[in-house]
Amino acid sequence: MIMLFAITLGTATAAFAAHDAAPGLAAAPTATTPGHGGHAAAPMASAVPESTAPWWIWPLALFIVTFILGILAVLGGVGGGVLFVPIVGGFFPFHIDFVRGAGLLVALAGALAAGPGLLKRNLASLRLAIPVALIASSAAIGGAMIGLALSANVINTLLGATILFIVVIMATAKKSDFPVVPKPDALSQSLGIMGIYREESLGKDVEWTVHKTPMGLALFVVIGIMAGMFGLGAGWANVPVLNLLMGAPLKISVATSKFLLSITDTSAAWVYLNQGAVLPMIVVPSLVGIMLGSMIGVKILAKSKPKAIKWMVIGLLLFAGLRSLLKGLEIWK
Amino acid sequence: MSNIKTQASEEQLAYAGVLNIGMWLGLAIMVITFFIYVSGVLPSFVPISDLPKYWGLRVHDFNVKLHAPTGWGWAPLVGMGDYLNFIGIAMLSGLTILCYMVILPILVRKKDTAYVVIAIAEILVLSLAASGLLKVGGH
Repeated sequence: MIMLFAITLGTATAAFAAHDAAPGLAAAPTATTPGHGGHAAAPMASAVPESTAPWWIWPLALFIVTFILGILAVLGGVGGGVLFVPIVGGFFPFHIDFVRGAGLLVALAGALAAGPGLLKRNLASLRLAIPVALIASSAAIGGAMIGLALSANVINTLLGATILFIVVIMATAKKSDFPVVPKPDALSQSLGIMGIYREESLGKDVEWTVHKTPMGLALFVVIGIMAGMFGLGAGWANVPVLNLLMGAPLKISVATSKFLLSITDTSAAWVYLNQGAVLPMIVVPSLVGIMLGSMIGVKILAKSKPKAIKWMVIGLLLFAGLRSLLKGLEIWK
Repeated sequence: MSNIKTQASEEQLAYAGVLNIGMWLGLAIMVITFFIYVSGVLPSFVPISDLPKYWGLRVHDFNVKLHAPTGWGWAPLVGMGDYLNFIGIAMLSGLTILCYMVILPILVRKKDTAYVVIAIAEILVLSLAASGLLKVGGH
């Protein structure tokens, strides 16, 4: 209930600001005098309608919304990007190109903020993350380049459909808190992908290992491409693959996924940065908000129960996926 | 209560330590440069009040219309309020590369050959992404 209220408050702020700016929304933006050697130009028909609200409304709203998303993202084991991109892209006046660039940096920042704590507590596993990260980060570069070449409607439609697919998978999973791994595969054994962590909610140490590692790595190629293409953090896919397929305990999967985002998103973020798809006025308030929120989320994660985490992730992804799909299909503009 | 079995490895703790310092430093730089930006002390490439006219454009159109730099073209423009923020953004984006370089000697010392190779490959991948050599056509 608190989460729904918080998201509603933040998006309502943005919606009211847009409503106040209604007279300006009908006009396409025109460039008049850019800050550095500019000249007048014709309106761009494909651009997002311009808002006439004071410019500072949007950075303020971004900070509030992303602070809340930062807390929720850590608990859900997803990057802030999967929530950030559809919510900000849907309710703020920024083009999806800049939203995706910001989304990747937002997800990256959230992972950087949470990473140290998760690594020190041995909830995030470097041995599990490093091989996976190489695959995912390489693929994310390709995904980012593809994504910047596709139209916004295609991106939103594919993004929404993908997230809803993941929601179905997670909702129908029979057991995921502590998966049974009959025998680790040869690859995970040779790489030493295993560990022991303290499960505070049960008050005992839990040993874990993984299996189906080659299949998992193959899926991370797809995950990396999609992360770069959609401007997401890929946590929405990392957790199911690590947990449901490879058999890592849910809390290890959530924590390692969060840490993994800091590597995967770095490669994709650089592509967006180098293409100019990064605006500090969008990125910095969002980034600061989510980093502060993530720090709060880390303190809560160690004491939370795996079942609660799973259902919260499902609820958040369902909302985000529906919004993106309907926007891409131009049903919910 | 943790015991030795549940403690993180040496390279994991080293990675976490560098990540923590770099994250705080990058965040501090971003906050400071952002306030410099919005205060108007430095001129901006795109005046702040004009931003709402442009942030609805596709990035390709934005770059063409405003002659905005791509790749590392922002570096000579750090004297402008908006591009000054790129220092902190670049720091956070490059932090992972630094962390990998820090744990590489530990992995070498432990003779963890597989992870040494993987870590070197990762450094190369991330460096390629950061280089600005990869170009995307406008859509």
